[in-house]
Amino acid sequence: MTVPPPIAMLAELTHRCPLACPYCSNPQDLLGREAEMTTGEWADAFHQAAELGVLQLHLSGGEPAARPDLAELTAAAQGCGLYTNLITSGIGLTPRRLDALEAAGLDHIQLSLQGTSAGLADWIGGYKGGFDRKMKIAAEIKTRGIPLTLNAVMHRHNLDDLERTIEMAVEMGARRLEVASVQFHGWASRNRAQLLPTRAQTEAAKRIVAEAEQRLRGVLAFDFVPPDYYADYPKACMGGWGTAGLNIAPDGTVLPCHAAQTIPHLDFDNVRSKPLAAIWYEGAAFNSYRGTDWLPQPCRSCDRKESDFGGCRCQALALAGDAGAADPVCRKSPRHQAVLDLLEAGSTGDGGGFVYRRAAG
Amino acid sequence: MKLALAPSDRPFLPRGVRLAADKVRGGTVLLCPEKAIALDAIGEAILSRVDGSTSFKEIVAALAVAYDAPAEQIAGDVQRFLAGLRARMYLAVRP
Repeated sequence: MTVPPPIAMLAELTHRCPLACPYCSNPQDLLGREAEMTTGEWADAFHQAAELGVLQLHLSGGEPAARPDLAELTAAAQGCGLYTNLITSGIGLTPRRLDALEAAGLDHIQLSLQGTSAGLADWIGGYKGGFDRKMKIAAEIKTRGIPLTLNAVMHRHNLDDLERTIEMAVEMGARRLEVASVQFHGWASRNRAQLLPTRAQTEAAKRIVAEAEQRLRGVLAFDFVPPDYYADYPKACMGGWGTAGLNIAPDGTVLPCHAAQTIPHLDFDNVRSKPLAAIWYEGAAFNSYRGTDWLPQPCRSCDRKESDFGGCRCQALALAGDAGAADPVCRKSPRHQAVLDLLEAGSTGDGGGFVYRRAAG
Repeated sequence: MKLALAPSDRPFLPRGVRLAADKVRGGTVLLCPEKAIALDAIGEAILSRVDGSTSFKEIVAALAVAYDAPAEQIAGDVQRFLAGLRARMYLAVRP
């Protein structure tokens, strides 16, 4: 296949975060501050990304506000012409830091929402007072008119509050709401029994989003990621492996997706020691599942293969034990029963307490 | 809310949405929150006239002259394109 240049890059500036969300997409082995790339190393990576064809840069984490050089990094990205999006919980941002980010040319903020009340949100985020601090910074963002997306991560414990979530997005002046069902990678896979929504919740969410999309036309745009365990077919993860986007971990490791390090046989290059273009076009990890030539059955002879590319590799590994298998979410997968079993198990109890995301030791 | 623009509406790109040259692939892209849209020649011709002071009717008239095409036909194309952007909140309108 002809490999297209990447469009988007997720820069995980740090794994440090004051919150401890039990569905965090960071790996279970969290990197510490000492492993993180310097301001100069990140700026160089942004420059290489822009040269490679990246148009959109997502500054993420962990909590990117944990980096004191966040405004400097934003200015570096803007200097390369990158559209710069900050993905944040809001914790660690202040009016003064927002001033600096605006002066640096930040284009957009994606603010996460753990729950619609302090009690629920602080329990889910594992951080007392987090909700109140988030709401204060949301008000600052609104006053300034910084373009805002609210990212509501949804699961069993907050899906019933979806209507209030939508109202809050409108109140905050967000232009867009992501109703993002928890994906069972990283820490979420350890908390699956606690987080799996019910089928009734899933059906209700679809109805509520469809109704609100109509009602709020021209006020709020929606992006809805339904819980994929209840889907008939898998998602085209990352728009196809090594096709649209890449991630850089805090230490400079370049990944096809944020969970790719769960696939043990893949070797990942580091932008500290190899040019980003060589990693994208020639790197072994990026070429492992690119295109459709590698596809197993039943994907190879499926007419959906050009739209979902066999689904998610990390999910195939986690649920079928083989990263090269069809995503078991697919009803045509010979391992689909594994998903049905998890849904059955998840519907019978609360699974005990959360395993919060915390650094080891 | 209706997404269709009235003849006197003056569309503009809100903060966080901008046109940029795509140095690597060529052409012009519309950069939006978490989205980049590659524009064809028609999309580029429309958006190059979207400035917050030119009305929908004036944009259509200018394009009809530039492309030597009937204004009614141009109006339909421009309406579809702009209403689509408005639905995603990539376009705003002053009455």
